[in-house]
Amino acid sequence: MSAAPEHAPTFTRAGLGQRLTPWLPALLVPLIILAGFVLIGSVSSWLTLTVAGLAMGMMLFVMASGMTLVFGLMDVINFGHGAFISVGAFVGVTVLLWLAPLAAAGSVPANLAAMGAAILGAMLATGAMGWAFERVVVRPVYGAHLKQILVTMGGLIVAEQLIYVIWGPQEIYILRPEALKGAVTFLGAAIEKYRLVAVGIGLVLFLAMRLVLTRTRIGLLVRAGVENGEMVRALGYRIDRVFIGVFMAGSALAGLGGVMWALYAQLITAHMGNELMVTVFIVVIIGGLGSVEGCFLGALLVALTQNYVAFLAPKLALVSTIALMVVILMWRPQGMMPVAKAK
Amino acid sequence: MSDILTLEGVHADIAQYHILQGVDLSVPEGSVTMLLGRNGVGKTTTLRTVMGLWQAHRGRILLGGQDITRLPTPRIARAGVGFVPEDMGIFSDLTVAENLTLAAVSGPIDSARLDWLLDAFPPLRTFWGMPAGNLSGGQKQMLSVGRAVIEERRLYLIDEPSKGLAPAIVTTLARALKQLKAQGASILLVEQNFSLARALGDHAVVMDDGRTIWAGPMAELAADAALQERLMGLSMEAHG
Amino acid sequence: MNILSGNRPGALPLTLLLIVVVGCLALAPFLFPGTRALDTAAKICIFILLAASYDLTLGYGGIVSFAHTMFFGLGAYGVALMLDHLGRGWLPMIGGAAAGAAAAAALAFVIALFSLRVRAIFFAMITLAVASAMAVLVSQLSGLTGGEDGLNYQIPRELTPAFRIGKLFDVTVNGKILNYYLVFAGCTVLFLLLLRIVSSPFGRVLEAIRENDFRAEAIGYPVLRYRAAATCISAAVAALAGALYAIWLRYVGPGTTLSMEIMIDILLMVVIGGMGTMYGAILGATLFVLAQTYLQDLMGAGAEALSAVPLAARLLDPDRWLLWLGVLFILSVYFFPTGVVGRLRAMAARSARST
Repeated sequence: MSAAPEHAPTFTRAGLGQRLTPWLPALLVPLIILAGFVLIGSVSSWLTLTVAGLAMGMMLFVMASGMTLVFGLMDVINFGHGAFISVGAFVGVTVLLWLAPLAAAGSVPANLAAMGAAILGAMLATGAMGWAFERVVVRPVYGAHLKQILVTMGGLIVAEQLIYVIWGPQEIYILRPEALKGAVTFLGAAIEKYRLVAVGIGLVLFLAMRLVLTRTRIGLLVRAGVENGEMVRALGYRIDRVFIGVFMAGSALAGLGGVMWALYAQLITAHMGNELMVTVFIVVIIGGLGSVEGCFLGALLVALTQNYVAFLAPKLALVSTIALMVVILMWRPQGMMPVAKAK
Repeated sequence: MSDILTLEGVHADIAQYHILQGVDLSVPEGSVTMLLGRNGVGKTTTLRTVMGLWQAHRGRILLGGQDITRLPTPRIARAGVGFVPEDMGIFSDLTVAENLTLAAVSGPIDSARLDWLLDAFPPLRTFWGMPAGNLSGGQKQMLSVGRAVIEERRLYLIDEPSKGLAPAIVTTLARALKQLKAQGASILLVEQNFSLARALGDHAVVMDDGRTIWAGPMAELAADAALQERLMGLSMEAHG
Repeated sequence: MNILSGNRPGALPLTLLLIVVVGCLALAPFLFPGTRALDTAAKICIFILLAASYDLTLGYGGIVSFAHTMFFGLGAYGVALMLDHLGRGWLPMIGGAAAGAAAAAALAFVIALFSLRVRAIFFAMITLAVASAMAVLVSQLSGLTGGEDGLNYQIPRELTPAFRIGKLFDVTVNGKILNYYLVFAGCTVLFLLLLRIVSSPFGRVLEAIRENDFRAEAIGYPVLRYRAAATCISAAVAALAGALYAIWLRYVGPGTTLSMEIMIDILLMVVIGGMGTMYGAILGATLFVLAQTYLQDLMGAGAEALSAVPLAARLLDPDRWLLWLGVLFILSVYFFPTGVVGRLRAMAARSARST
């Protein structure tokens, strides 16, 4: 057996510290929760804010994950992503209003069925819309970033206006299903039930995405395609099908995020998606374009920071997010978990 | 003996540059054809054009008599072409196992074939569950070749497997390619390492300036230093 | 044609169209008397300048920024704050404009350093984030900025209707008209300056970078520095446009200077007019402001005619005019990325060939 240096794999040489470096950002989340505890001082306020932050973070993750995956795989930044959030919210709320008797019923299964139907409807609608969007708007401009930004922005304008055409210009108020109303008390802190549900949905989704990405052939194709789409084709796979699948999935996730946000804010408007996009962009940037894990951590960091700062210094909430972005980009200019790109 | 691959007067452009300006070559079935020539004469482009990664705008490419000139890359790959690109094209985020799993397009990996492969390239067994990005350069090349040969293909296109590798690894690779050849595989191999070329090649095709300028038995080229000098501007013997 | 820095409009129909537009704007107080018409004319002037300054980064630099209204707003608020705190006067007004322009350029520089270093696409996302944060900040710091209500303030008396000069062609010339000509002159000078910049070697390098930044870098041009400089100039000019707007309106508020809607308006103006042409800004802004004012009337008539068909009527609702401009915008990007100006030039070139 040869002892040529090439035979020694690099990871045996790397020390523990070096191996942990890529995961360092994961430590930031507990760190910021701890900092929040110290600065806020009151256990109950801190607990309420932390749960609120985690819930918001999960919703941001749901909205942002599709966008970051689409970028990683297809090198497409979809400025129209916000339209899918809005459409998801409107479709979901419409379904929920249809099923009002179910949602208002005293039985938990009926409530959950109503919510499930709303989520399903929203995801189907936005998934189908994603298919059309990819075909009509995005496909002709692959590889041309400037045109992509402009065209997807145009798509956003048109989609927003179409929401007005279909649903009218008024904002719509929506009540949560009966079982999700109210709060539970824990350690003296009132915690809204819905926030716990949002955290649950977000966590399940994150774990499911990781599972799909690491354990299935489709997931392997997506991860391989993010790094080197050409080689995926040279192995015999039609990457354009993977593209459209991921684009539809990403759009459906935005739709899901829209429904979740609608029930959280209990009020929807056509431009809610566009307003949320600002935070979604920040999440995607600090997470590292294309990284699902980075997106997850980024969403939690942004949401926790915003919630703590909103309590400590209400006027600085959004500015604090920008500050967080600046600090993280100074530390890692490509975002917390940059994705390897072959070209 | 019929030809598995035939290129007839192939022209291809990359951006505004006319890289291939008439490539004619054939790879007889069950043999190893060496594609030789100085750097930058279009050898890599030829392989990529066969794969459909660049479009031939003139000429024809036949795989076993079937015209594949205009087929999209995935169809060409599925028609039975294994490709080892110049940059190895490893998915560094995926493990060795996952890289090989993806390469086996027609289903689960055949266990006998896998045993042979892991015996030929022992490091792939050792680092089976590790991200491929952590492998050394030589191990990545083994994985890249491994991906191409994990299933039996009608043709293997292999681009400079020995480039930049330590002699011990080149020996390992050469042994594996010899075993592949012994199984009756058809291979089009770009290689600058002359001893490897001489040891493996049945036929040789020499390119210059985007054209094929000579084709004949490898033994004839290997024996004639003056011919090498004329075709490639240097005697390969000196490098062998 | 030295005043145009050798950068002629080109096609004859285009030249005629531009002469009509500029001529109308130059004589607006006399051709279209009345407050609403003069307001529209001043708005057109200012948006031409704003769109032209945006074209410098978008069309010539190939960089998409969503912070252009932020720079616009900085200039406007610069003037407003100075006049509000130091009282009416020429010095605070000019000082405010200068301070706004300097702040805009500095902020643009910082953002450029941060985001252009990594990828040009970062710039679009980061400017969007920063601009939104700024808009929120301005509406929250109500003690300083007047919040959502904005600020009303006094401008020098010579620029107000109270200052009367005399009569010319049956029109009473007052300070308001002087104010209009201040806006017109300011916009003209700055537009010509932008034209000079894009026609200079600097502009040419910028275009080379847009076409192939890799190659430009390889040839030895410091790509980042050129792009950063273009963003700074563009931001400073946008701030000056904002200052003129503040002087004209005697009011600033988040809705008139900082909102995302205005950002989208500018984008539409530049793309529909023609990216990378400068003259496109003139046509785009004019068309847009006129459409904003008059297309809605037209659509209202259409909606009424189609009131029997429920969805069609809603598609033609006057409030949905942005829908149609959005569709036009997408089609422009696909089918005539050089916009109206590019179309007119291509048509002229075709007819020149066929004769």
